[in-house]
Amino acid sequence: MSTAFDHPTYNYRVVRAFTIMTVVWGVVGMAIGVLIASQLVWPDLLANIPYLHFGRLRPLHTNAVIFGFGGSALFATSYYVVQRTTQARLFSDVLSGFTFWGWQAIIVAAAITLPLGYTQTKEYAELEWPIDILITLVWVAYAINFFGTIAKRKMKHIYVANWFYGAFIITVAVLHIGNSAVVPVGAWKSYSVYSGAADAMVQWWYGHNAVGFFLTAGFLGMMYYFVPKQADRPVFSYRLSIVHFWALISLYIWAGPHHLHYTALPNWTQSLGMVMSLILLAPSWGGMINGVMTLSGAWHKLRHDPILRFLVVSLSFYGMSTFEGPMMSIKTVNALSHYTDWTVGHVHAGALGWVAMVSIGAVYHLLPVMYGQKAGAMYSTRLINVHFWLATIGTVLYIASMWVNGIMQGLMWRAFNDDGSLTYTFVESVDASYPGWFVRVLGGSIFLLGMLLMSYNAYMTVRSAKGQEAQAFDADTQTA
Amino acid sequence: MDINTLRALATPIAFVAFIGICFWAYSKGRKKDFDEAANLPFADDDMHDGAQRNESVEKDK
Repeated sequence: MSTAFDHPTYNYRVVRAFTIMTVVWGVVGMAIGVLIASQLVWPDLLANIPYLHFGRLRPLHTNAVIFGFGGSALFATSYYVVQRTTQARLFSDVLSGFTFWGWQAIIVAAAITLPLGYTQTKEYAELEWPIDILITLVWVAYAINFFGTIAKRKMKHIYVANWFYGAFIITVAVLHIGNSAVVPVGAWKSYSVYSGAADAMVQWWYGHNAVGFFLTAGFLGMMYYFVPKQADRPVFSYRLSIVHFWALISLYIWAGPHHLHYTALPNWTQSLGMVMSLILLAPSWGGMINGVMTLSGAWHKLRHDPILRFLVVSLSFYGMSTFEGPMMSIKTVNALSHYTDWTVGHVHAGALGWVAMVSIGAVYHLLPVMYGQKAGAMYSTRLINVHFWLATIGTVLYIASMWVNGIMQGLMWRAFNDDGSLTYTFVESVDASYPGWFVRVLGGSIFLLGMLLMSYNAYMTVRSAKGQEAQAFDADTQTA
Repeated sequence: MDINTLRALATPIAFVAFIGICFWAYSKGRKKDFDEAANLPFADDDMHDGAQRNESVEKDK
């Protein structure tokens, strides 16, 4: 990579690399998503190739979007934000490079092993134990690098975004090590050390906090830096952000059991998970309001700035899905929604609407900075605007079709005849789901199209910046 | 102490800690520090960014 854009103080090299890979894994992961959504509509699609079967591609999709796309976005922005708010260079260039190449190797290993059928069969923790060890090494390096930077900060305070990033790094380490405790029985085969209901509980302690810390706390860190920065005004209430932080991190960790309602898990544990999930609404909305209100008095900026629109609409989707989540965790609601497409729709309201949109906004803000341009000065602002509308329409189509499907499936599965027999067979509910699944393919494709526009826009931004740099260099040498 | 006493105490302790954090965060004395902290994203306000770096290139000419 060219050294023309290296920064005198900060390590931008690693931020640049992670930013580019955010876009790359975003396109790859979402394309696989569209493929598996299509396989549900057209079951014969690639059905005779075992490596490309839905059951093997689905975990590849989730790993590529969560850890490839989301993970790269978190690495890029945390490394950027921690340097800019501490005014110190990253603790170690070696560790920075190791986290980049290590993380990319993990995603590539996922892309190889999952289609081959190697899996621990734990959702969002499918990767087998050798890859788990690599994840642990990279994560420890990440923690040392991040907290090492904070330790050598030039500023007195530690900005709130860094608190969120820090909590995300520590908690993900604990979750990953706890849930990945296995007994290996071969190079690519292992068994969990937990068994039965305890295994399920540990898995969803991990799984829900992957949502709470990987997909929420980390991205809230992103929000607390990029929303104020793009709106050009400090966060609405710094005090609220502190209460938000402590309340959110102390509550999320208890919400996992709502994934196991009406299972062999003890009933009191289920009720505890439900109550904790309901309380979680308060800090979630506190943070959402804090982000949105940062724009108070500057709402007009939304009219001209599609990057800010990405960031603010991501907060709206965050507010929506953090209302929907507690509601779905209520046992009686869960009796209808669980195992249906409603859950899938809820996850994507968070994943597309919140996580992807806030990351896209952040990438549009910082990518030009990585190439010596002003923040947000992408090659084409019009394309960002088109991307914004494609992303919004795609997300709405996706979640609306899954609401319809989910509620329909839930109602069909619980419908009884007078004699106590089931009104519908399972396959009848599958048949009735086709129209919704088709709309999902449509919504996903529209979202993916937006990502392709983003890749083009990013490529052109890098290319024109490199051209300018070359010209400036020529001018310098001519006068000299 | 019985482990269950500790388990029961955890809830009121967490509650008191939460109230404590709220009072601390909203106390008058902290305002100046928090205002300072809230402005950290703007503290190095693009001083090293390309826009200004390009300007300095032009000045050199």
